[in-house]
Amino acid sequence: MKIAVKVNGSTYQRDVESRTLLAYFLREECGLTGTHVGCDTSSCGCCVVVMDGDQAVKACTMFAVQADGREIMTVEGLATNGTLHPLQQGFWDQHGLQCGYCTPGMLMASYALLKHNPKPSEADIREGLAGNLCRCTGYQNIVKAVQQAAEGGQG
Amino acid sequence: MSAQATAGQSVGVAMKRKEDPRFIQGKGNYVDDLSFPGMLYLALVRSPYPHAEIKNIDIAEAMKVPGVKAVITGKDLEAAGLGWLPTFHGFDKQMVLAIGKVLFQYQEVAAVFAESREAAADGAEVVEVEYEPLPVVADPFTSKTDKVLLRPDREGKTNHIFHWEVGDRDGTARALESSPKRISQRMWFQRCHPAPLEPCGCVAYFDTMGRLQFHVTSQAPHVYRTALALVTGIAEDKIHVISPDLGGGFGNKVPVYPGYVCAIVGALKIGRPVKWVESRTENLTSTGFARDYHMDVEIGATEDGRVTALRVATTADHGAFDAAADPSKYPAGIFGIVTGSYTFPVAHAEVDAYFTNKAPGGIAYRCSFRVTEASFAIERGMDILADELGIDSVELRRRNFIKKDQFPYPSALGFTYDSGDYHKTLDTALEKIGYAALLKEQAEQRAKGELMGIGVSTFTEVVGAGPSKHFDILGIKMFDSAEIRIHPTGAGIVRAGTKSQGQGHETTWAQIVAEELGLDPQTIMVEEGDTDTAPYGLGTYASRSTPVAGAAITMAARRIREKARKVAAHLLEVGEADVEWKDYKFQVKGVPAKVVTMKEVAFAAYTNMGPNEPGLEATYYYDPPNMTYPNGAYIAVVDVDREIGEVKVRRFVAVDDCGTVINPMVVEGQIHGGLTEGFAIAFMQEIQYDSDGNNLNTNFTDYLVPTSLETPHWETASTVTPSPHHPLGAKGVGESPNVGSPAAFVNAVIDALSPLGVRHIDMPVTRDKVWRAIRDAESGKA
Repeated sequence: MKIAVKVNGSTYQRDVESRTLLAYFLREECGLTGTHVGCDTSSCGCCVVVMDGDQAVKACTMFAVQADGREIMTVEGLATNGTLHPLQQGFWDQHGLQCGYCTPGMLMASYALLKHNPKPSEADIREGLAGNLCRCTGYQNIVKAVQQAAEGGQG
Repeated sequence: MSAQATAGQSVGVAMKRKEDPRFIQGKGNYVDDLSFPGMLYLALVRSPYPHAEIKNIDIAEAMKVPGVKAVITGKDLEAAGLGWLPTFHGFDKQMVLAIGKVLFQYQEVAAVFAESREAAADGAEVVEVEYEPLPVVADPFTSKTDKVLLRPDREGKTNHIFHWEVGDRDGTARALESSPKRISQRMWFQRCHPAPLEPCGCVAYFDTMGRLQFHVTSQAPHVYRTALALVTGIAEDKIHVISPDLGGGFGNKVPVYPGYVCAIVGALKIGRPVKWVESRTENLTSTGFARDYHMDVEIGATEDGRVTALRVATTADHGAFDAAADPSKYPAGIFGIVTGSYTFPVAHAEVDAYFTNKAPGGIAYRCSFRVTEASFAIERGMDILADELGIDSVELRRRNFIKKDQFPYPSALGFTYDSGDYHKTLDTALEKIGYAALLKEQAEQRAKGELMGIGVSTFTEVVGAGPSKHFDILGIKMFDSAEIRIHPTGAGIVRAGTKSQGQGHETTWAQIVAEELGLDPQTIMVEEGDTDTAPYGLGTYASRSTPVAGAAITMAARRIREKARKVAAHLLEVGEADVEWKDYKFQVKGVPAKVVTMKEVAFAAYTNMGPNEPGLEATYYYDPPNMTYPNGAYIAVVDVDREIGEVKVRRFVAVDDCGTVINPMVVEGQIHGGLTEGFAIAFMQEIQYDSDGNNLNTNFTDYLVPTSLETPHWETASTVTPSPHHPLGAKGVGESPNVGSPAAFVNAVIDALSPLGVRHIDMPVTRDKVWRAIRDAESGKA
């Protein structure tokens, strides 16, 4: 099927198999390998991207064809002109990552969370990120990272 | 938390991580991110049966699938002499693709190579395999009977893999018999799985020079290179192993897996790059699991609570192949640490391991080779003993601790503990959590019928494998190495034989070099994981990086400093003996005004070195004189819902003593992560098999990883007792929280349930098990 997906501001027109997952479309057709795949059951959230500005979606659970005509933002689209997004800065400052594999999904889920709730409590953050697994950090510093970004007022 | 170090103190500084900018921008470089022109994808056909004879494999339909280029089977590999690969433990071998029969569910049976991952999966779907099911051995106790022989390929016609023992069998038996108090408990440390979020995978190809380029998720790339050379017969210089960014490892990425061998064979046979990346299900069902130790723990004591003897007899389930990846002289790992933090005058430990129709493994999941099992056994055992004696478990531990002035302490099972101050570490934890107030509250809660528990674990680990006289893998001694080059401008590069999987080596290794040489850690680059450039090392697992490679880096830096001293003497126009290293600079003794910085010396080493050899670089291979013994005191507070059996972890305090800390931010992060994995093991995680050998936990909906919602808030603190033999005094920490915490959680739950008479629940302590224990206890009372 022929589709056109706007990813991080650029439109990608491709002819894809209808079974192609959005995650692999982003990784292999758009060359955006920051979106990771960590499970087969929509459990881990390594593949979370933001659709249409504020919707966190698991890119392994969407077909690329479902993203036809939509706007997708991946981790590669977070920084602007070389300046880190406050969430990226927060994860760096607060040691919110170790192996880095879950980090893109965590960042994008946090981005959508702050879009809907710019001043989340710790409980809000923990609930908002419950679809994203991390094996390294125990989440505590991830919560702090999101709080730092929220306190900066730039969700 | 995030001070930036410059020239000056670097070790001990909470420096932000140098590797993070690429990870937070989606620029990490993981195996599955790699792509090469003409790359094929490999999919594996796996067995639905745990034990079956293979009558026939028909690949005809698979070859018709568009995009499929080749299918290989065990017979093809056997013909090429590649049917089996040695396990890292060295006493067994593992089928690459099933030959004649399958021995566990999800075993690799055939390999399909195709133009896309989807075509490979389509091809694998239609490989027709005819199986004749055989009787299944799903537990080690059935295996013990040898009624069904699982491995007729082996010389000894038995399912028994090995018997290992350490200590004084007769003396321990006598001491136990004559002890006025005695407890015994069967504990099963369940089968669990490290499940790093990035599954295992590789890309293999032969370059224009005929050299194997092998990108792989490996915690030990040099060992892979040597093992591949030995298995394939390819000369070792024609093998280039690159372990790029790893999305976690936790021991899972130590063994060599069949998919890797198939990818290499495919690349050779077809002449194109081959990528293999396993699915989560493949990861959980076929790669290295951990634990599965059935431990009978006995402790003897005097009436007043002095321990007299410890005996632990373990039945171990190793699955279909002995792929435990332990050092060759230690088939049961370093289980001998089971005497823990206590002065046992005599002890005996033995392990008997058996084959079963389950996935192979027994690897060290965030653990220094069976240390987690040992730590759990003794820390649960001490609580059961305290209960038996009617003594507070904290008081019992205190009475039996190795005292500060007893180090170096020779344990009953042969270790020489390097250092510790167990009383101080425990007191720090008790104070932080407010133990006295908690006991008071608990008494009040109990009076109301509420189930509140306090669980303590005061563990000692043994890490940093290891001294060459004892430790080797496939005969290769377990040293580690570092190579440092300081460039003319005072920037530099350090390469080590380790491989970070999230531990932050790019930051902490730079901090060590910066500290030793008075340079800016921001301009010290760290490179690992490339066997062409890194000096030979045994890799990162078993908390060995800082104890072994960290020491190698320190010693290499000190070699550079000695060389630099000669250049400094030339610059300062004095004799070398008149130059001293002070405040991160060289100065003329007694003349503080006459100084040169390392940066100035570095430039001179290339431009104005005087009579000295040009350049400024050094290599060091470090053979540790002893292991290191990190320890800690952990306290968990839980509330148990009597009606539904739900356990809530109200508080958790972890006080760790890992010796000198290189980066407190990184150490705290490691502790948070390890505690979360310990929490998962204590309450959620198990790879279960039914009696027919079916794996029941094949994905993340059945094998649970805690989310941000379940994970407790962690409170941490530290004591610092430097290791006397490590050049920095560091001991390693990555695994301590995972080793020490499961017992604290379970002790807390049992403490909560103790008024009902509950004495033990095997992990994972699920709501269902707790509810049943409460119900059984209450109905027993009624």
